[in-house]
Amino acid sequence: MESLSNKRKVLEVKPLNFLERAYLPAIVGGLSTTMKHFFKKPVTISYPEEKREFSENFRGMHSLKRDENGKERCTACGLCALSCPAEAITMTAAERQKGEEHLYREEKYAAVYEINMLRCIFCGLCEEACPKEAIYLDGDIVPSDYLRKDFIYGKDKLVEAPLNQ
Amino acid sequence: METTDLIFRIVLIVVIFAISLVVAMYSTYAERKVAAFFQDRIGPNRAGPWGILQPLADGGKMFLKEEIIPTNATGFLFIVGPSLAILTACIGSAVIPWGSAIAIGGHTFDLQVTDINVGVLYIFGVVSLGVYGIMIGGWASNNKYSLLGAIRAASQNISYEISMGLSIIALLMLTGTLSLKEIAEQQHGFAWNVWRQPLGFILFLVCAFAETNRSPFDLPECETELVGGYHTEYSSMKLGFYLFAEYINMFISSAVMATLYWGGYNYPFMDNFAAWAGPNPAAIFGVVVLFGKIFFSIFFFMWVRWTIPRFRYDQLMDLGWKILIPLAIANIVLTGVISTLLK
Repeated sequence: MESLSNKRKVLEVKPLNFLERAYLPAIVGGLSTTMKHFFKKPVTISYPEEKREFSENFRGMHSLKRDENGKERCTACGLCALSCPAEAITMTAAERQKGEEHLYREEKYAAVYEINMLRCIFCGLCEEACPKEAIYLDGDIVPSDYLRKDFIYGKDKLVEAPLNQ
Repeated sequence: METTDLIFRIVLIVVIFAISLVVAMYSTYAERKVAAFFQDRIGPNRAGPWGILQPLADGGKMFLKEEIIPTNATGFLFIVGPSLAILTACIGSAVIPWGSAIAIGGHTFDLQVTDINVGVLYIFGVVSLGVYGIMIGGWASNNKYSLLGAIRAASQNISYEISMGLSIIALLMLTGTLSLKEIAEQQHGFAWNVWRQPLGFILFLVCAFAETNRSPFDLPECETELVGGYHTEYSSMKLGFYLFAEYINMFISSAVMATLYWGGYNYPFMDNFAAWAGPNPAAIFGVVVLFGKIFFSIFFFMWVRWTIPRFRYDQLMDLGWKILIPLAIANIVLTGVISTLLK
């Protein structure tokens, strides 16, 4: 059958000559190839002692941000949870009480905010959805753990450290 | 036999036994490191500095693993298999001359456990016994994969023993003796047998790879076809013995190869060195040289393992019967003709 591109390469199968049939020259060639690799620098990165360089827009672990006065930005609007394609985010909203003004920026805040890191696909849609610039995926790689329940990160792990007064 | 001689022999036996076990132990570590370097990796580096305690960790793990004897296995033979494998691997070292004689307090001691005048035959006997360990273990497991692995091991070893023996015959025509000590002494200085028997050496090398079940002839434990080969059903230290026996075999066959072809403990300008440093340091340096040769040979075994893919079974048989045996016979004829003409 005529090929569509009209390109063809006729392959000729030649019988092996004596040196090729003797295996040994080919084996010596193979040995020299592996010996070249013996002296090459290993490509291994010994994580976690050594870390690969991340790109600037690398999306790692989430962090819940504070504003310039150290108040939590999140208002528990739920847009992040709504936008999350993996349904990894859940939250419970609560009303800010008197005397808590220095903790939360708006009248409503997230009393519970949980992200299931096993569900999260690190797509970054939550940070795009957030109207308050409260969540960013600017952290490190999520560390390994033994139990599934330990991968549900609460506010204790997600909220940024308070500002130093 | 004098008492001092007897004590020296016993000490030597213990030392050689310990050395072969330690070398086998660290061969497992070296194998992993060498494999890693050939594949641009780092290799084990967690247990101790550069991972040098890795063999101890592996050994400890082997000891602590659960001992499983399958219900349908033949209990007694199932245990005999690995024991025989490690026993035959260990006794091969008895006839290898580790160095020339050293003198301590007026006595001269040979650095060789026993110098029997049929040393080469002894080695061959021990090597052919080695296949029984694999055969019995594979059969006693009562498992198809084990049995197939064992059958492969048996037929492979028998096929390659023939060409190994034939390649040795050409060497023995030149040396005129079967004693390994005399063969080593004949290669004084730089008159190594490999210069006189290059083809014989290559044949012996290929057969040594096949006899130790090392890649590219590791068909008895070919994972992709036979799960684990003859040791599929083995666990705990019995599996450890099989793996260990392979490394001891590698060590012993490297030592035999060094003694037969690479001059054993001889090195160039050894007379000059002996005149300068005295006989005892020269003898000890000879032992070091022999071990250097052995270690290089072990490295070569590993180098080949991480380079060449495994042979197909029919190719293995073709190579053994149709190429190596005719070549070995041609080598004998050639050696005979040349040594007659040169006389």
